[in-house]
Amino acid sequence: MGILEVKGVNKRFGGLQALSNVNLSVAENSLHAIIGPNGAGKSTLLNCFVGKLIPDTGSVMFNGESLLGRKPHEINQMGISRVFQTPEIFTDLTVMENVMISCFAHRDGAFRLHPFETVAHETDIIEQAEKMLLDVNMADKRNMHSASLSRGDKRRLEMAMCLAQEPRLLLLDEPTAGMARADTNNTIDLLKEIKEKRDITMAIIEHDMHVVFSLAERITVLAQGTPLVEDTPENIKGHPKVKEAYLGETV
Amino acid sequence: MDAIILQILNGLDKGSAYALIALGLTLIFGTLGVVNFAHGALFMIGAFVAVTVQRLLGLSFEQIDPDKTDFLGNPLKVKMTYVESWFGPEVGGTIVDWSVPVAVIIAIPIMLLVGYVMERGLIKHFYKRPHADQILVTFGLAIVLQELIKYFYGANPIQTPAPSVFKGSFDFGVLVGFDPNAIIYPYWRLVYFAFAAVVLGGVFAFLRYTTFGMVVRAGMADRETVGLLGINIDKRFTIMFGLAAAVAGIAGVMYTPILSPNYHMGMDFLVLSFVVVVVGGMGSLPGAVAAGFLLGILQSFASMNEIKSLIPGIDQVIIYLVAIIILLTRPRGLLGRAGVMED
Amino acid sequence: MKLLGLSAKDTRFLLIVIFLTLATPVLLQPFPENSGLATFNAGYPDLMQRFAIFGIFAIGFNILFGLTGYLSFGHAAFLGVGSYTVVWMYKLLDYNVVWGLPLAVVTSGVFALLIGFVSLRRSGIYFSILTLAFAQMSYNLAYSVLTPITNGETGLQVYRSDAQVLLGANEPTSPHFFGLVMSKSTKLNLGDWQFTFNNGYYFTAIIAIIVFYISLRIFRSPFGLMLRAIKTNQTRLNYTGINTRPYALAAFVISGMYAGLAGGLMAAMDPLAGAERMQWTASGEVVLMVILGGAGTLMGPILGAGFIKYFENIFSKINDQILQGWFAWMPDWLSGLLIEISHFFVGKSWHLTLGLLFMLVVIFLPGGLVEAGQRIARLFKKKPPEDKDPGHHPQPAPHVAE
Repeated sequence: MGILEVKGVNKRFGGLQALSNVNLSVAENSLHAIIGPNGAGKSTLLNCFVGKLIPDTGSVMFNGESLLGRKPHEINQMGISRVFQTPEIFTDLTVMENVMISCFAHRDGAFRLHPFETVAHETDIIEQAEKMLLDVNMADKRNMHSASLSRGDKRRLEMAMCLAQEPRLLLLDEPTAGMARADTNNTIDLLKEIKEKRDITMAIIEHDMHVVFSLAERITVLAQGTPLVEDTPENIKGHPKVKEAYLGETV
Repeated sequence: MDAIILQILNGLDKGSAYALIALGLTLIFGTLGVVNFAHGALFMIGAFVAVTVQRLLGLSFEQIDPDKTDFLGNPLKVKMTYVESWFGPEVGGTIVDWSVPVAVIIAIPIMLLVGYVMERGLIKHFYKRPHADQILVTFGLAIVLQELIKYFYGANPIQTPAPSVFKGSFDFGVLVGFDPNAIIYPYWRLVYFAFAAVVLGGVFAFLRYTTFGMVVRAGMADRETVGLLGINIDKRFTIMFGLAAAVAGIAGVMYTPILSPNYHMGMDFLVLSFVVVVVGGMGSLPGAVAAGFLLGILQSFASMNEIKSLIPGIDQVIIYLVAIIILLTRPRGLLGRAGVMED
Repeated sequence: MKLLGLSAKDTRFLLIVIFLTLATPVLLQPFPENSGLATFNAGYPDLMQRFAIFGIFAIGFNILFGLTGYLSFGHAAFLGVGSYTVVWMYKLLDYNVVWGLPLAVVTSGVFALLIGFVSLRRSGIYFSILTLAFAQMSYNLAYSVLTPITNGETGLQVYRSDAQVLLGANEPTSPHFFGLVMSKSTKLNLGDWQFTFNNGYYFTAIIAIIVFYISLRIFRSPFGLMLRAIKTNQTRLNYTGINTRPYALAAFVISGMYAGLAGGLMAAMDPLAGAERMQWTASGEVVLMVILGGAGTLMGPILGAGFIKYFENIFSKINDQILQGWFAWMPDWLSGLLIEISHFFVGKSWHLTLGLLFMLVVIFLPGGLVEAGQRIARLFKKKPPEDKDPGHHPQPAPHVAE
């Protein structure tokens, strides 16, 4: 029984069947990649996990509880964090404040009225945030305005924000999209390091095969809204069905 | 039955004004992506063009009338307008009398120019800024325009009569078989409605059947793609802004016999027109027109004594109430496209 | 030095604000009574009261608009609710403001809760229109069917026939706070200078200081941090497990309570309440104040409120005689021309100046007067300037959460 169990999920947009009968099981503490050509339904599937979309039929269970019909913040509070394709951070705030918001959300839940406490006095939150920044090698940039960070740093910051919540499942939506090779390799190393340091399940949607084969323990190949195969990276590499799905694209 | 028809008729002229202003608002929003809080001011400027034209036509000089003498036997000085002296008393008198329709013709180039200057001088710098900034800067502009009008024309409403042919009312009820005096309707309101119908029809035909209109509609649907085709959409959008300004302006000109122009009429109509746009759906042209008439008619129904005694105060709040319900249940508005500003 | 849970910097900041507020009657009276510049004095009780009251209104509005970016065009409704509540307490109990003011805060808070709950289901321009619609509804109703409560166009006021059940035999017959009559002043003559110390001003000023302190604490709190995060990126906040709506609603209610308090204080200075206080142009005025001063900064709303109310007073007072006095040294044709041009901007045309100024600020100076101050400070210092408003830099970022 995986931590994330997807059974018989269908999703239709007008005349387009975006997902048809998707079954997927992500094992706890694994690093599971979902790959597939453009338009295969990867992002639609991910949006069904985070509460942005509701599947027409089927079930999505996390840790034995259904995710369907829950709002994004409720799903996050259950232990699922998400990294976006383009980093979503609070650009008006400093790096430190960005991470502290995650720490507050983790400690206080979805809403707590605390208008007369002082941020500067929340020593454990500050300590925790500093530790997170240290983990992603950004401690020296703590007081910088996050709008002025480089793209790679924004990605690191977003990662730190997600990890500060100590999620059980981390969803990554093409985390290296639009990055130069050096940055991509840095991100791979960062993800590996994160995976080694803590008990965390990661599900990654990725286009770049280099990233996928450096990281994934299991791979699901999605094509035209349906899973084709699910296997280990070694077996996927030479799989004829995968080649067929990617015809014209280099594997 | 006759009461219902009367209320529908009463709602038509107000609805026409709402529809004409809202059309421009939604056109500007759909094409330029700008929320224009100064659009009511354009309506007001139009109304004051009518006032100005009336005053200009009324300019007169004193002349000694050889045929008349006062009671002492001295020759009598009479006032004569320049127009009358140029075109003769008959034609000149008619022109003076028809100052409002004359003002429509004069208002069109003026409003196009005002719209052009506004767009090039101010609005264009706010395309990329957030909606709140657009609201704020156009709100500031609306205040400035309103105060300028107040400075030059004073704070009191100025009477601007319709041509004398259209003065008075007619018995609409008799025409359709009701008792006399059941449905009395002023002529000018009917003129206003017909005028609005022609303008609205003209704008829709323009957008539907001309190449220019097609490009603009394509730009409303997907600005970037049209840009990629190598069409200079910005220039066309500037012209659209001028057009929207002209529509609001002539709507204001023609409205003057119904409501004596005052400096705050722009703001008054702006708030209601925005509600109309939201109810109809941001960026939807048919939505703006439909919602304009719908709300105009609803408002006049709510002012019926029977309804007022049933729900006290309903006439004061009906429009806002409808807007609130629509916004909460169907944020895209009555005829708005799915996905356009639905948050 | 640290006081009241504030950092040393904030304590210094608060002390400066307290000093400036308490010394206002002296500071705003820099010119001798008989000098030509006396026009620019602003130490009159009536005007100073307005500084404090609109300061409170703007500080509250800034908690909503400045922090969360939600642009409300309906806050004047709460101002009106506050005023009506206080006048009703005069009518029912007595002239002691101690009954009405807390109740004004509570009733406007309840109104804000209802209106905010509905309006916050939408964001961006739809939120603005919803608040506008609610405020216009309240205004129209106050003028029509609610006349038994609001006294319609005449405005609500106290009549001899009113119950006033708590009114004692020797009690003052104008608003007071346990005998401290608001309209009473003490005048102090020092040479050519005359200073007026008014009870009402000090009463509002002390309340203003207290609510400023509260807003300072909110700015520095985790709650304030969340509000700023709402302005920046609601999507990320949702995916960080935060439910943004109750936070925004709390900000809306708090700012509504500030508005109610300000409205209540208006009635405490002058025992009247009229529906025109609820019109949307009045909501627009507080937006102007906050933007002009600097939205999202601590000092901005106070500066904006003071600036607008001061120049409204001065500009309205300037007439031809004064203008002629200024331009007397010029050749006639030039002074005549200048007087003609000035007509556009002074006297009754003050709103034109205000509108122009507002446009200029939105176009060139989105951070308002606070940003202007920072820019000037930067010119004089080589090193990066010490922030006038620690903790939050105004950004030319979206004002509305979209």
